[in-house]
Amino acid sequence: MKLLIKGGTVIDPAAGKVAEKDILLADGKIAETGTDLSTGGVEVLDAGGKLVAPGLIDMHVHLREPGFEAKETIFSGTRAAARGGFSTVACMPNTNPVADNAAIIAYIKNRARAKGAVNAFPIGAITRESKGEELAEMGDMKEAGAVAFSDDGMPVMNAGLLRRAMQYARMLGLTIISHCEDKNLSAGGAMHEGYMSTVLGLKGITSSAEDVMVARDILLAEETGCRLHIAHVSTAGSVRLIRAAKARGVKVTAEVTPHHFSLTAEAVAGYDTSTKVNPPLRTAADVAAVKEGLADGTIDVIATDHAPHTVEEKDVEYELAPFGLVGLETAVGLVWTELVATGVLTPLQAITKLTINPASILGLSKGTLMTCADADITIIDPEISWTVEPAQFAGKGRNTPFTGRLLKGLPYATIVSGRIVMRDGIIK
Amino acid sequence: MGLSGKDLLGLQFVPVEEIKLILNTAVPMKEIIKRQIKKVPTLRGRSVVTVFYEASTRTRVSFELAAKYLSADTVNIAAGTSSVSKGEGLKDTARTIAAMGADVVVLRHPMAGAADMLARTIGAPVINAGDGAHEHPSQALLDLFTVREKKGRLEGLKVAIIGDILHSRVARSDIWGFTKMGAEVRLSGPATLLPQETERMGAITCASIEEALTGADVINILRIQKERQQQGLFPGLREYSQLFGINKERLKLAAPDALVMHPGPMNRGVEIAPEVADGVQSVINEQVTNGVAVRMALLYLLTGGGNQHEITH
Repeated sequence: MKLLIKGGTVIDPAAGKVAEKDILLADGKIAETGTDLSTGGVEVLDAGGKLVAPGLIDMHVHLREPGFEAKETIFSGTRAAARGGFSTVACMPNTNPVADNAAIIAYIKNRARAKGAVNAFPIGAITRESKGEELAEMGDMKEAGAVAFSDDGMPVMNAGLLRRAMQYARMLGLTIISHCEDKNLSAGGAMHEGYMSTVLGLKGITSSAEDVMVARDILLAEETGCRLHIAHVSTAGSVRLIRAAKARGVKVTAEVTPHHFSLTAEAVAGYDTSTKVNPPLRTAADVAAVKEGLADGTIDVIATDHAPHTVEEKDVEYELAPFGLVGLETAVGLVWTELVATGVLTPLQAITKLTINPASILGLSKGTLMTCADADITIIDPEISWTVEPAQFAGKGRNTPFTGRLLKGLPYATIVSGRIVMRDGIIK
Repeated sequence: MGLSGKDLLGLQFVPVEEIKLILNTAVPMKEIIKRQIKKVPTLRGRSVVTVFYEASTRTRVSFELAAKYLSADTVNIAAGTSSVSKGEGLKDTARTIAAMGADVVVLRHPMAGAADMLARTIGAPVINAGDGAHEHPSQALLDLFTVREKKGRLEGLKVAIIGDILHSRVARSDIWGFTKMGAEVRLSGPATLLPQETERMGAITCASIEEALTGADVINILRIQKERQQQGLFPGLREYSQLFGINKERLKLAAPDALVMHPGPMNRGVEIAPEVADGVQSVINEQVTNGVAVRMALLYLLTGGGNQHEITH
């Protein structure tokens, strides 16, 4: 089975190059890259006027299976990924049961193989049931296919325990992904603490709830030599701490979500629960800081923290609504509209943060267009304008704060192992 | 003229002209309360449903009497005595009430934004009778009414709000209301109970209670809740009383004719000394009377009054 992607602008972050090229895919691998490749005897996908990139990787999604299938399943979540241009996702372990042992990791991998529209790699829990009390069997989970460890959403408050987790993860050569939140500082908060929380009368989450933990985790990573990845950076303070840590050689990487570079706490006015997310939407100064961090390389990755919930769960009083919003199907549009069109990132930089950087953090041999690499490709139409309509999402969640937002830039096709899984919004 | 919005959810977005309209409409309403036969047929055939998810005597009775004086039929739903306690969500409760034909729904709820949510769910006008720490607009309107009645004006007055601003919906509505009407609003309380960036709302956060009280024309004293001590937000009621309690000595810092207000219920001897609560400068009881008048005005205006017909005297 061969597929020729013809006439597109190829963005190759591994080579650091952007050029008009054709790419021939054969037997699930990239067979050849060049100009004017022969169209004889192969299926041709015309990519004229479009951008051709390695398949996008979202290293932070919640597929909710097993346990919360009403919110999302591996089937629906990977279809949302395909529609959003992602050929690979890494899924967080806060399922029910928690993905804290090899059996659950294996189960998720098997389900992903059977039901997944795209590749899904499980992230294992750091502690048993993510309770922050005792280490989970990280070695076993690595054997079963876990690509990193995280107690996402349930930060390990015990610094001694996290230090041991880092020593252990370092031994295994895997990364610890930290959801940085001091629960004593954030306790009970529903949104960013500032003017809007004052006006709306909602309990605030101060920026220091994140900063304090970023600082702590950086110090522990520095001491243990463990690779640390800071999830969903939302504050100017975090950006500053990560920048300084990188400058002195700490093995720390970081991600930001599209909502944290697109929205501020002002969006909470009117109590739309789809704006309730953790970490919360911050201030314009924080948005400027994360954009600066993206531009200067302090922030390595753009990841969505795709967190679907049912309509019923979100259609309640703001305080009662669960945290989280869906991001897979709006990410590319937001990256192009908010970052590329505004000159914060070049297309090459944006693609780098969506492909090779997350691949390298997770140790995946993906995110590149080299010959013999996996034939995972995303084709983006950078010129098309479209309006966000949650009813059209392939995923189950409708909890997006971007409903009705006009975006420019849309994934045109998602190719996984040489097979077109999404084209023009239609999932095959 | 009438009110432009369907509901009254807060004072943040109510234009000055409409605040004035409400206050002016409350003047003849207060006359009705003073009559021997306190009943006018204005809202005959209309129904007002009060839904209280939080314990409240003052506000609930005030709304109920206001509705009754205008001849509306009233029903009160209290959490714990209805299907609310069976876990029926706010939206379902709201739809049920709306389906039964309520003309106005008055909601008290412990969570900020509950009234906004209710207003989006049902077609009938919603009056927010307090939602979490967000707003309590009818309380602020009765505060404005009381001060205007006593002082003859609101513009240029110095209004000190003392206490737990962080958790106070009264404080928020008062800040919007008094600043819109041209008064200066000063805030003072324990640092842990002051919310962020209140200056962007137009209020002044004072460095000390003395600064807040000096020359004040109005002192609005908020209730301090024991619960906040248990949450570790301040060390204790005894110390609070020492640092922020309004006693005769502190009252002397204010203008000689300063008004003492309290939204109730009071912790006598904690945030307010008994002699201040019962002193000549206290207008606390009049606030209660005025509350009924203001709520009559709101019910009248939100059911279309001021647009089609004049109030029946």
